Amino acid sequence: MMTFLGYLVSGISLGSVYAIIALGYTMVYGIAKMLNFAHGDVIMVGAYISFCATNYLSLPAWLSVLLAIIVCTVLGVVIEGLAYRPLRQAGSLAVLITAIGVSYFLQNAAQLIWTSNTKIFTSIVSIPSLRLFGGQLTITGEAIVTVLTCILIMAGLTFFTGATRMGKAMRACSEDKGAAQLMGINVNFTISMTFAIGSALAAVAGVLLCSSYNTLIPTTGAMPGIKAFTAAVFGGIGSIPGALLGGILLGIIEIFASGYISYQLSNAIVFAVLIIVLLVKPSGLLGKYTPEKV
Amino acid sequence: MNKLKSMKKSTRKNLFTYLLVIIAYLLIQLLQGQGLLTRSLQGQLVPVCCYIVMALSLNLVVGISGELSLGHAGFMSVGAFSGVVAAMALRSSIASPALRLMIAIIVGAALAAVAGFIVGVPVLRLQGDYLAIVTLAFGQIIVNILQCVYMGVDAAGLHFRFDNADLGMTDGTTIISGPKGTVTVEKISSFTAGFFLILITLFIVLNLVNSRSGRAIMAIRDNRIAAESVGINVTKYRLMAFVTASALAGAAGALYGLNYSSIDPSKFDYNTSILVLVFVVLGGLGNMWGSIIAATFLTVLPEAMRGFEDYRMLVYAIVLILVMLATNNDQLKGLLSRMIPKRKEAVKHG
Amino acid sequence: MAEKSFQKGKMVPVPSHSIIPERDLSEFPVLECSHLGIDFGGLQAVNEFNIVIGRTEIAGLIGPNGAGKTTVFNLLTKVYHPTRGTILLKGVDTAGKTTSQINRMGIARTFQNIRLFSNMSVEDNVKVGLHNQVCYSMPSGVLRLPSYWKKEKQAHERALELLSIFDMQDLANHQAASLPYGAQRRLEIVRALATGPSLLLLDEPAAGMNPSETAELMENIVKIRDTFHIAIMLIEHDMNLVMGICEGICVLNFGQIIAKGTAEEIQSNPTVIEAYLGKQQGGAQDA
Repeated sequence: MMTFLGYLVSGISLGSVYAIIALGYTMVYGIAKMLNFAHGDVIMVGAYISFCATNYLSLPAWLSVLLAIIVCTVLGVVIEGLAYRPLRQAGSLAVLITAIGVSYFLQNAAQLIWTSNTKIFTSIVSIPSLRLFGGQLTITGEAIVTVLTCILIMAGLTFFTGATRMGKAMRACSEDKGAAQLMGINVNFTISMTFAIGSALAAVAGVLLCSSYNTLIPTTGAMPGIKAFTAAVFGGIGSIPGALLGGILLGIIEIFASGYISYQLSNAIVFAVLIIVLLVKPSGLLGKYTPEKV
Repeated sequence: MNKLKSMKKSTRKNLFTYLLVIIAYLLIQLLQGQGLLTRSLQGQLVPVCCYIVMALSLNLVVGISGELSLGHAGFMSVGAFSGVVAAMALRSSIASPALRLMIAIIVGAALAAVAGFIVGVPVLRLQGDYLAIVTLAFGQIIVNILQCVYMGVDAAGLHFRFDNADLGMTDGTTIISGPKGTVTVEKISSFTAGFFLILITLFIVLNLVNSRSGRAIMAIRDNRIAAESVGINVTKYRLMAFVTASALAGAAGALYGLNYSSIDPSKFDYNTSILVLVFVVLGGLGNMWGSIIAATFLTVLPEAMRGFEDYRMLVYAIVLILVMLATNNDQLKGLLSRMIPKRKEAVKHG
Repeated sequence: MAEKSFQKGKMVPVPSHSIIPERDLSEFPVLECSHLGIDFGGLQAVNEFNIVIGRTEIAGLIGPNGAGKTTVFNLLTKVYHPTRGTILLKGVDTAGKTTSQINRMGIARTFQNIRLFSNMSVEDNVKVGLHNQVCYSMPSGVLRLPSYWKKEKQAHERALELLSIFDMQDLANHQAASLPYGAQRRLEIVRALATGPSLLLLDEPAAGMNPSETAELMENIVKIRDTFHIAIMLIEHDMNLVMGICEGICVLNFGQIIAKGTAEEIQSNPTVIEAYLGKQQGGAQDA
């Protein structure tokens, strides 16, 4: 029973990280309709910035996170402006390949700057672990912070997209860019803002991910990026609650699969669940299905 | 000459593609005979052939059938592992390495076709980006499962274990060892075999495209609803393209697997699938000739830049982005066409 | 103009084995719908749609925008599966069939928003239409067996023959998307005809055409019926076309049939006039 609860807690914690990345993914996909393969690598950049700030500049943890957020936000806007904006009229495949190019670029630039040696990431969380049931169940400080951050971000995003001018502009652009432009919305600026928010979330996710797992290499972001995208599709891509639900479920499934079935096969099981969900519900758990009109 | 002119444009282009491959093969054989090829280039010959076959077959899925597949390397891995097992198991009974290689390629293609069918039936019900992510997932699942496979051969025959390294053999050879992949493989692949595999692939793909089935596949790509309305069985033809491409990828995998003494399954993860997709898109969707050129250059290019070890992948990434921007952005295209007057007409028609 | 196109050249646009006689009473009608209906959520998009179409009849389906005309076509071709009712095609129930099976059973259609295979040539578009008429297997295509060469030759000749109906054989090697709008509509009709239908559904064939093009189209529709001996059902907003060539007209409003009859009957039907023009001022005062 305690093992079960332990797995559940680490599943929710990992799932919260996936959810934060997936939120960024889903917002970018919703508005730009592109698979942003470079999103995972922004996570890695965020983690490296935070690592450098604490280890080389001896900045306090909160400041290092803030710095990571700022750098990633700028990075996201720059990537969008330089690589994706010129391709707004082009086919989706061209944008996909460009995103892959950006991903290669970020990984190799990171390798040049920070080398491919594994960096030991010291956790930015200083809250002590929570011990329950007389020490039988330990909840790490990282897990607590991760879950709380995820809830805060979710609440903030729901408010932002629902109630603010910018949020409404984003939703309008994701429905129909042409119509949004005719209504006086600055589409380019709105898309830039979406990338900014997505990248800021990626920075947060990067720091949290590395705080829990402690190792950092230039390809750290790739697999979580793919998994988070899977989570976004799982929950219904374009849907914010869907990304949260998908992320958390994916994290739980992954931890349970590796704990109860096989560590080797955990990834295969995660992807198998995704496939089953999509076959039963082709638009994901909370996505809405729109058949082509004849 | 007159006969050449009266041919259809597509037929002429196809003949040109075959000719290009044959000339390239003869040229390389000549250079090799003169000892003009560097060691690293010689080592690249078989992998280049494999990547060309991969690109051609993926072009059948992405360019001709119009489905974005991000798991093509998964089928390559099925072909590689089954091909290696077949070749190793037959080592004592068949003496000729060429014959063994041929059998291995056929076995690899057949098993990859089966895998393609199993994956294709559920996946092809989806469309667009959903299909892309599910093919990626399937590719990862295949690789992940292969990481748990242990196989060996001894006098009693083949031994197989799943997620368990103990094969219970006393004096046999281990062929597949879980996450380490294939081990102690006898390298029997050759450039000539690769050349023939490319020719066969071209023959299959080009003939398929220019036949009744190929037209049905392209019709579905262009407009699924209209294709259904003229009586085309959409599932059947989408599956036909997918399974054919999987089989060819399996053949390429078998050739690839038998070119190295050991290969780790993670060699075939989504990064390889994406690499092949890059070949296809840069070479041009549906353009087989372009796929061959792109696969060749992009495989040899990083090797040729060995001098700039640290920067080569960075340069590769930048070149990739710039090429995509230059070929897909209208303003940049206009600029290019002004600089190169010859391109003007092409742009107008495009 | 259309006359000329039939006499021009050696090619004969008559189907190679047309045997269906003029309206034959001993045969089943080509189409019989009874109590056909479909709901989208709570909305009854089409309800109680009953119609019979004879073997060589030209029927018109008209009604204001949003009346459910295209939905009827989508029901007949199983793009949507009906919630209620039955569709009999030459006396055979079509329940549970897929769109492609329906085509093989004998219904071909065109689309309101043109749906060509735009990256393929005009000839290949027609050849795709011939998919189930001129068959050979995938292996014989890949291996270029004798059946490939024989059937490809047949398909080529038949495609040009069909294109000659609209005098389009010279455009055979053009890319479909590069054709002007009117030619694209005509190509869609040729492609549908290539599938060898017994009932041809045309969804706004004259949309976007000028009066002279429309007049030519009218002649051609009648000509197609006469040469291929098939039934044609069309949706059209151009009343000159509908009243000019349709032998039977069915008016749809809010998913219900409000009138059926000949052109004269429909033109003088008060319910139809009301549906199109709204209630007259006088009527409103009375109420």
